[in-house]
Amino acid sequence: MSKVTGAEILIKSLVEEGVKHIFGYPGGSVIPLADKMFGNKDITFHLTRHEQGAVHAADGYARATGEVGVCVATSGPGATNLVTGIATAHMDSIPIVAITGQVKCALIGNDAFQEADMVGITRPITKHNYLVKDVNELAKVVKEAFHIARTGRPGPVLIDLPVDVQLQQAEFRYPKTVDLKGYKPTYKGHIGQIKKLAKTMTRSKKPLIYAGGGIVLSDGANVEITKLARKMEIPVTTTMMGLGAFPGDDPLSLGMLGMHGTAYANLAVQEADLIIAVGARFDDRVTGRIDTFAPNATIAHIDIDPSSVSKNVSVDIPIIGDARLVLKELNAHARKGDYAAWRGKIAEWKRDFPLKYKNDDKLRPQYIIEQICEITKDKDVIIATEVGQNQMWAAQHYTYTKPRTWISSGGLGTMGFGFPAAIGAQVGKPDHIVFDIAGDGSIQMNIQELAMAVIEKIPVKIAILNNGYLGMVRQWQELFYDKRYAWTVLSEKAATVCPDFVKLAESYGAKGIRISEKKNVKKAIKEALKEKGPVIMDFIIEREENVFPMVPAGETISNMLHGLA
Amino acid sequence: MPRFIISALVENKFGVLARVAGLFSARGFNIDSLAVGETEDPDTSRMTIVVDADEKILEQVKKQLNKLIDVIRVQDLTGGKYVDRELILIKVKAENTGVREKIVQVVDSTGAEIIDIGRKTLTVEESGDAHKVGALVELLRPYGIVEIVRTGKIALQSDMENV
Repeated sequence: MSKVTGAEILIKSLVEEGVKHIFGYPGGSVIPLADKMFGNKDITFHLTRHEQGAVHAADGYARATGEVGVCVATSGPGATNLVTGIATAHMDSIPIVAITGQVKCALIGNDAFQEADMVGITRPITKHNYLVKDVNELAKVVKEAFHIARTGRPGPVLIDLPVDVQLQQAEFRYPKTVDLKGYKPTYKGHIGQIKKLAKTMTRSKKPLIYAGGGIVLSDGANVEITKLARKMEIPVTTTMMGLGAFPGDDPLSLGMLGMHGTAYANLAVQEADLIIAVGARFDDRVTGRIDTFAPNATIAHIDIDPSSVSKNVSVDIPIIGDARLVLKELNAHARKGDYAAWRGKIAEWKRDFPLKYKNDDKLRPQYIIEQICEITKDKDVIIATEVGQNQMWAAQHYTYTKPRTWISSGGLGTMGFGFPAAIGAQVGKPDHIVFDIAGDGSIQMNIQELAMAVIEKIPVKIAILNNGYLGMVRQWQELFYDKRYAWTVLSEKAATVCPDFVKLAESYGAKGIRISEKKNVKKAIKEALKEKGPVIMDFIIEREENVFPMVPAGETISNMLHGLA
Repeated sequence: MPRFIISALVENKFGVLARVAGLFSARGFNIDSLAVGETEDPDTSRMTIVVDADEKILEQVKKQLNKLIDVIRVQDLTGGKYVDRELILIKVKAENTGVREKIVQVVDSTGAEIIDIGRKTLTVEESGDAHKVGALVELLRPYGIVEIVRTGKIALQSDMENV
């Protein structure tokens, strides 16, 4: 067999893995790879304008498609610019493979130009990582990296590849199988535990399903959980990462729980006698004060990652396994109990404490989200968000009915995530309408990717909820720091927008629309949807609108600030 | 805080030690001792980790250890039967003949060994469990200990465990 270079081995391996898109940015340590990629027919390279844009785009692609997202950066600063995106993917269990160039093997550890110890830097924020110093190992490493990224609890894997290894030659033999002694994820749940849960469900009077991002990640698990909930008539609340895991328009849906969850979801958690957590990790934004969380409930926890179980709350019925497989088995054993009284109580809470906002003549963000939802509800839509108030309004006021339609940085809460992630999602799902719901703060963190969106005609619709503030921090300052808006004022007045996002869109060659009045919202959204390229909709919203309900940090989750009476 | 003894069978590759140590340091735990060496299979190493930790957090650390791709198996030896050893070298002051004789007596009676003789010091080697090693240190302390180096504990689950 003839020999090929390391760069060619890498590309051939990626093709073997079915990779069709790579997001990245060139640099000295990846020129051999870029050179071999040039003109490649199997893989499209998407040139971002910042490495952070590349990793978030790979992440968005993975969230939207369920495939492994791939990004490339050069050594040193290129590689370290990936760190935030890798950590984002790690916190949300998103399968990506990040490939970084590295200085020549002989220079590693010598403080060479553009050298950074990427294996060391990314150790705590990857599922696994590799430094490949022998070209003969490369194909095996790529095979393992994709296997590790997409199986078990998914996550990011980094491959650090010295530039001289990219040039060395070896025969290309792609391994057919992977055998890692220390990595054998458990997929099938323990049948005894599943039966125990089924029995507990039948005996329970106030059961509640608490569905997390694990349902979205385990393709098909949403079908099983919907079947379970409807057959048993058990109400379902989802985490923010679990939005779309269960149809938000189902009468059994309680929407999101936690800090900005619905009042009825939080009240239901606190009164439930059985919580069936699936692919959710009891994050502090969900539980609030941990010692008062779900005080009356037996807690069952289905999760593929044993380290998630009993990490934050003590679990009575742990079931380690894949969400879809465990739920399928549970569906086979579960018998219905009598929960009519419980559903009646929840219906009362729903009636007494609905999600609400002041729907007057002013331009309020919740109204904008509702209109986006109304106009797009019968279409295939993906909503990506930035982080902050925009994210919470998008979580609360858009109704998600399918998995992989909500793309948001949950665990890490990464500002600047939404727009590049939306681009990645659009690349993966070209037939979908993709929105990025943004704040004027977050969008400025990766707005440079407009260049890529315009040039590649990636038609992401950006809805900026522009209040001239870093809104969520301002909200905390209003409520808990006596309205001292330290460092959170981005524009002195809403009218004096800075930057002028319409002009900014136009300068990149995109369309920009400014909307200051409620009556123009629908028209603007429809106009944006007609456009073939990216569009910025700059909504000048009520400046001091808050996200309610809100559980103050460290409080019991039923202890909510409701805002409007 | 209680002291735990964890034994981890890991892949014999570079970087594995850092991954394991990182799990403890990320939680602010001080590792009392960590000994690592190749096993009967040159592809694997065994680590013995002694750590003072809160029980709940240690449970999490064990799960996180298991989660590492390079970690093949994790055993908590703390509650069960195990055999353990550590090796210690003690350099002790011995400036006149009388003192030297006394130290030689101590060393002979404990089964330790003198491995280096200098003009002003003797270096004593001892291996054994923590109690034995600790006792020798105390016996030699009155003569003036110049330097100590110890390997940290290595431990294996006892076969008696399954009897």
